[in-house]
Amino acid sequence: MQPITSIKQHNQVSTPQPGSPLPASAKVKYILIGLAGIGLWLALYRQLHRLAELLAFSVLGLKPGSHLGEAVLFFFYDTPKVLMLLVLIVFGVGILRSFFTPERTRKILAGKRESVGNVLAALLGIVTPFCSCSAVPLFIGFVTAGVPLGVTFSFLISAPMVNEIALVLLYGLLGWKVAAIYLGTGLLIAIVAGWTIGRLHMEHGIEDWVREMHINAADIPDEKLTWTDRFDHGQTAVRDIVGKVWIYVVAGIAVGAGIHGFVPEGFMAQIMGKDAWWSVPVAVVIGIPMYSNAAGIVPVVEALLGKGAALGTVLAFMMAVIALSLPEMVILRKVLKPQLIAVFIGVVGAGIMLVGYLFNFII
Amino acid sequence: MEIKVLGPGCAKCTEAEKIMRAAVEEAGVAATIEKISDFQQIAKHGVFSTPAVVIDGQIKCVGKVPSKNEALDWIRK
Repeated sequence: MQPITSIKQHNQVSTPQPGSPLPASAKVKYILIGLAGIGLWLALYRQLHRLAELLAFSVLGLKPGSHLGEAVLFFFYDTPKVLMLLVLIVFGVGILRSFFTPERTRKILAGKRESVGNVLAALLGIVTPFCSCSAVPLFIGFVTAGVPLGVTFSFLISAPMVNEIALVLLYGLLGWKVAAIYLGTGLLIAIVAGWTIGRLHMEHGIEDWVREMHINAADIPDEKLTWTDRFDHGQTAVRDIVGKVWIYVVAGIAVGAGIHGFVPEGFMAQIMGKDAWWSVPVAVVIGIPMYSNAAGIVPVVEALLGKGAALGTVLAFMMAVIALSLPEMVILRKVLKPQLIAVFIGVVGAGIMLVGYLFNFII
Repeated sequence: MEIKVLGPGCAKCTEAEKIMRAAVEEAGVAATIEKISDFQQIAKHGVFSTPAVVIDGQIKCVGKVPSKNEALDWIRK
């Protein structure tokens, strides 16, 4: 290890050229900045509850334990907490994603056997960056490169279903167990549903023009990224994603706060409780056409759970909302025939329902 | 110079087109800019993550909005 002072001096002399590998000392600099940032972040994060209490009870003079007091405290505590978690994770995922591209993912998946391919595709679906409107070009690119149909579906299911924002919010609001359950079952559904679609041999359900297409793999320049570039990726991700979703998070928490303070304990037990067997399919059927981003829906989920709704039912609702949506189906219709879309919705919907029942049963 | 911006028409694709137009103006070169949103046409270019920029048949970037400096680099070369 070099002493820190010498690292600093070294840095002033050599600014890394774009495209050239970063000198080791600059890497150390980024690690130090990162550690300092995380330290500051943690220090502030730990004070949030005290600050929220101060604001709600001392500054605003609300009474602890009153409906309004509890609702306002919930809002003041959860909003900064969730936003801070969001910034941290979105930044981290932004850096992680700079190591993956759809082109690289396709190369990995092309010609893979099913089963192994399904697992890999579901995992890569989490870390491969692609914008949701790219789903169709991506589908064409995968299928024409010889990625099996079922494996392609595993990717397309996992990408929206296992969402880093939902994961963060579940962790922040409901704890790591619920977050882990969501991550595990989300992956499982993507793997099994993709595998099932592969077994059904639905290749005839792809629009003819896609199947007849012969594409010469284009020579796409493989980008060489430095750590400076990767940090930029993280920053851009934070700006893009947090800048877009913060309003939904705040609105979601406000609704959650209202439910938290004013809806009586156990109110949801009747409609969304364990004993209402029909609530899981109803939640899924309502959730499928709905489109909302994960950021807005998780605070509502938390509030519903707090009032006696069953975890499985609520989780199923959330997954149906974020994994399947009407706009997505309309776009996919360009490359898939109606029967394959129906199979897609059916298999994924059934998987989500099973997960819902499973958790209502075991918890 | 023939510049094509490939993308179905989401916010990012529109932004990519805007940046290319601004870069062409700044560089002051003669160029045609075409936005291609048909999936079949996009796929024929061998591109499957959008937005993508193709200049004179050569793919310059895929799956991201280029920065203006990058765009200027491509145009001036």
